Amino acid sequence: MSIKHGLLALLREDPKYGYQLRGEFEAATGATWPLNIGQVYTTLTRLERDGLVRPASGEGDGDGRSLYEITDDGRAELARWFDTPVTRESRPRDELAIKLALALAVPGVDVSAVVQRQRMSTMRSLQELTRLKRGNRDGDISWQLVLESMIFAAEAEIRWLDHCESMLLRHRAAGGTTPAASRAGTTPAAGRAGTTPAAHRTNDVPEEQAKR
Amino acid sequence: MSTILDIRNLTRTHGQGKQAVHALRSVDLSVEAGELVAVMGPSGSGKSTLLTCAGGLDQPTAGEVLVDGNDLTTLSRNAVAALRRRRIGYVFQDFNLIPALTAAENVALPLELDGTRTRAARKYAEAALQEVAIDELADRFPEDMSGGQRQRVAIARAIVGERRLLLADEPTGALDSDTGETVLQLLRDRCDQHGIAGVLVTHDARHAAWADRVVYLRDGVLVGQSGPLPEADALLQESH
Ligand SMILES: Nc1ncnc2c1ncn2[C@@H]1O[C@H](COP(=O)(O)OP(=O)(O)OP(=O)(O)O)[C@@H](O)[C@H]1O
Ligand SMILES: [Mg+2]
Repeated sequence: MSIKHGLLALLREDPKYGYQLRGEFEAATGATWPLNIGQVYTTLTRLERDGLVRPASGEGDGDGRSLYEITDDGRAELARWFDTPVTRESRPRDELAIKLALALAVPGVDVSAVVQRQRMSTMRSLQELTRLKRGNRDGDISWQLVLESMIFAAEAEIRWLDHCESMLLRHRAAGGTTPAASRAGTTPAAGRAGTTPAAHRTNDVPEEQAKR
Repeated sequence: MSTILDIRNLTRTHGQGKQAVHALRSVDLSVEAGELVAVMGPSGSGKSTLLTCAGGLDQPTAGEVLVDGNDLTTLSRNAVAALRRRRIGYVFQDFNLIPALTAAENVALPLELDGTRTRAARKYAEAALQEVAIDELADRFPEDMSGGQRQRVAIARAIVGERRLLLADEPTGALDSDTGETVLQLLRDRCDQHGIAGVLVTHDARHAAWADRVVYLRDGVLVGQSGPLPEADALLQESH
């Protein structure tokens, strides 16, 4: 998404000043997406260049700041934005997935520990989001919606981490190897997480390193 | 703040020698009044064992379990049973309600077992049912209620009287996501408003996130902990 479409949406009803747009943007997203005023003006300049907004005729607030209004092209662009679903591909690359893939590929990294640290960190964000949600029980519906979206995303990440961990255990139990090193098999103990507690966690990496 | 539950070096081993299953190994956990702690971890990691030991339903192999300063591992059976009736509320995944008793009778049962007169016990039970917002179902039998309603009765039974410690083993397991959230809301309110210490076992991260702290068990060992959280004000300032 872009700040661009956010600003267009806020201009839809009536013309606004830059500082006003900034405040309303933050209010609508529950301050989960802080904007600085510089970003707002840069975006407005680009929108103006593309003919999506224009300075409202002859009005200023006296300090030389101008009032912006949306153009017909701007309205069309806004409608198109609302009509188009957000695809996952349009989001930034998933750094976490890449990090885990690399942790698996590079020898000597305790992948379980990486997963566990990430799980606790994501859990903490999820706790914080949940507390914000509780505090907003009878509050602003826009904010609630943004919060819920982040809660679902954090929850999905934790489930994915759980999934990665059990996949990893099964992979090791089956004597799987990691892409980077062609180690043959793993110790039988490493795979049986349920019956040989913590063996895989504390011993795995040293054992596997020792075998190479 | 006072510590309600203090678990020290708790170890629980089933069987002996090569057959031994180490359900818990040297677990330390303390929970303050007003605090809600969630316990997560894969299946078989020892979550239920931790809870049953904390509730005096299972005897540890080693370590101490202090509830309100009383070490359950050194008390007599009767003393543990009394403590359980008075101070510890337990919510089971399958509710564990007695089918032949109405909602109010189920809730009043621990009090009556503890010697409270029937009338008085009924009053307390009604108050507890009111707290979980189902006082109108007081005279219904469990089989005539929905899963979510039964779970509320089970919670009412766990909070009736002057309980200090509330232990809940997957209390949302059988409920849909929305009903699950209302159960969490209830547990949360108990801790916030009545200074009860709560421990909640759950598989659901969304539900665990209602807790002040989330601890993570794996193979009987506490491997991680998230929280406690900073104060809400600090949080909001951070995001600006
Ligand atoms: N009576 C028993 N005899 C032998 N082993 C037992 C006994 N009770 C539990 N265990 C073992 O202790 C370990 C921990 O069990 P526990 O029930 O605490 O797991 P859990 O984390 O609650 O799992 P789940 O998420 O499936 O409920 C498991 O390996 C289990 O098989
Ligand atoms: Mg269990």
